[in-house]
Amino acid sequence: MSNNIIELKNISVAFDGQQIIENMNLYIRDKEFITFLGPSGCGKTTTLRMIAGFQEPDSGDVIFDGKIINGVPPHKRQLNTIFQRYALFPHLNVYENIAFGLRLKKTPEKEIKEAVTEMLELINLKGFERRSISSLSGGQQQRVAIARALVVKPRVLLLDEPLGALDLKLRKDMQVELKNIQKRLGITFIYVTHDQEEALSMSDTIVVMDSGVIQQIGTPTDIYNEPKNAFVADFIGESNIIEGVMRADFWVEMAGHKFKCLDKGFGVDEKVDVVVRPEDVDVVPVENAMISGVVTSITFKGVYYEIIVEIKGFKWMIQSTEFQEVGSTIGINVEPDAIHIMKKSQYSGLYGDYSSFSEEFDELSDATVYEEEDE
Amino acid sequence: MNKKSSLMSRLAGAPYIVWAALFIIVPLCMVAYYAFTDTTGAFTFDNVSGIGKYADTFILSIWLGLLATVICLFVAYPLAYIMAAKGPEKQSTMTMLIMLPMWMNFLLRTYSWMTILEDNGLLTTAINSAINLINDTILANNALSFSLDPVHLINTRGAVVVGMVYNFLPYMILPIYTVMLKTDRSLIEAAQDLGGNKLAVFKNVTIPLTVPGIVSGFTMVFVPSVSTFYISQKLGGTGTILIGDIIETQFQTANNFNLGASLSFVLMILIFICLAVMNRFSDDDGGVII
Repeated sequence: MSNNIIELKNISVAFDGQQIIENMNLYIRDKEFITFLGPSGCGKTTTLRMIAGFQEPDSGDVIFDGKIINGVPPHKRQLNTIFQRYALFPHLNVYENIAFGLRLKKTPEKEIKEAVTEMLELINLKGFERRSISSLSGGQQQRVAIARALVVKPRVLLLDEPLGALDLKLRKDMQVELKNIQKRLGITFIYVTHDQEEALSMSDTIVVMDSGVIQQIGTPTDIYNEPKNAFVADFIGESNIIEGVMRADFWVEMAGHKFKCLDKGFGVDEKVDVVVRPEDVDVVPVENAMISGVVTSITFKGVYYEIIVEIKGFKWMIQSTEFQEVGSTIGINVEPDAIHIMKKSQYSGLYGDYSSFSEEFDELSDATVYEEEDE
Repeated sequence: MNKKSSLMSRLAGAPYIVWAALFIIVPLCMVAYYAFTDTTGAFTFDNVSGIGKYADTFILSIWLGLLATVICLFVAYPLAYIMAAKGPEKQSTMTMLIMLPMWMNFLLRTYSWMTILEDNGLLTTAINSAINLINDTILANNALSFSLDPVHLINTRGAVVVGMVYNFLPYMILPIYTVMLKTDRSLIEAAQDLGGNKLAVFKNVTIPLTVPGIVSGFTMVFVPSVSTFYISQKLGGTGTILIGDIIETQFQTANNFNLGASLSFVLMILIFICLAVMNRFSDDDGGVII
């Protein structure tokens, strides 16, 4: 008997002729914290809804605990969902919201009281029993939603961007709290987010998705250090993705310089994508440098400066604690262990160049998406 | 800046305030004035205290109005539920079908029911010919020694209730439908997710969440039903006199404005009490919109 609690086999879903999920295969181990990570429209929420039972696959099987559960309605599945906007019942108070699932199961009143009290303690909302939902803050509503789902003792908890509506500070606190709850209860959490930082800090396993296809499955460190393609490298953290050529095992040529690296097994003169994280680039005097370029912009970020340097027509992002004058020429070294080589993919050339980079714009467009969802 | 904007908003509200004063406050005061004066204009309680003899009529009006409202609710709720579950195109078609009769003249609609319910009208003829058929069968088989009487539909209380339900049904459907449309889909999903089957979700989430629509629809059907006079005149005959008929008579033929006004006044208070009871009822369940 495997310890996979959920398996997705050859799943495909299409809406109005548009393919949302394409032949997906995934195994989720019992008691793990797994995150579906990807941009909006990548199919992560659809996958979650399929596991919850709100969406049926067009083809393929959803397997829970060894049994195919296609067609089993949501109320008969042993898993519960935390919805994006919490979906708390506005006509019920905090106590009744949490008690909702137990009441449906015709649990004796005494047990309900015990269970709800225990949950209120777990989420630090003791004394809030009679409060109405509308009088709670976003963070408190979030906690009530968690308690409402956990009180019925699900084997798997599904979380659909649960922290999306909270402010940054609260989100960080809740991340820690969620992770603690998951560890304490020892149940499986399936978490959906588009926030890579959230995914990296909470998950045991991350599933990176794009256009309905799983791009990579791995631990946070695997995904960050050894992205499989340009999409993953770009989506998780900041990356410079430079076109390179493998001259031999352990030797890659890019930006007109041959770098020593730790990767092998590519064909001689095979074209590859080279990932260099901005924090792994060393700024050195030009005369000692492997390559050099002109600083085109510099932004103060608090812990470091974010420097954009143009080298042979390609703009690199560098994170450095030292200030550099815009227009000055600086030298750059990259150590072998800072270089990660990826095979060419459909995403090659689409990401990892900072020539049209504007973080402000990214954040702005993110915010608009949120407001639209709010409506 | 602040002063200016508040002045502006007051000015913007002025037309409405004038309107409300002219067409709501003043008429109400006039009703009250007539209700508590006699023909000479002297203050008196006689009109109001003499209303006791219309108690039966009041009770009948409220009873029939209540009956029509409850029937409307039971017809409208499933219909609104089905409508809200359909796609946007079907929704607009169905809304259209419900609205369409409302664009027809109210008198005409009631008249058409007369022709349907008349003794030689459409429905009555159909039912009675069916009854005749059954009677003939019974007679031919000599099975039982009873026969069904032919039905008489027009000029009954039932006909009045039918007229009320038909005329006011859209006012029940639309508010419930609107509230249902606004209901967050994820609340339904959350209830399913927590182990609710269709019936449990309907009972524990859908109905409580649509209470505001029910209350609003209830008000919009009950108030015109209680005070109607045209429907009872056309479909109820002389046997079903409602309070609206009596009020109308006071103003149109008896020329007793004072009695008419006092009847209206008492009716208003009774409706108010009914709705207050209704509101108290639903207050426990959540917010209420009238």
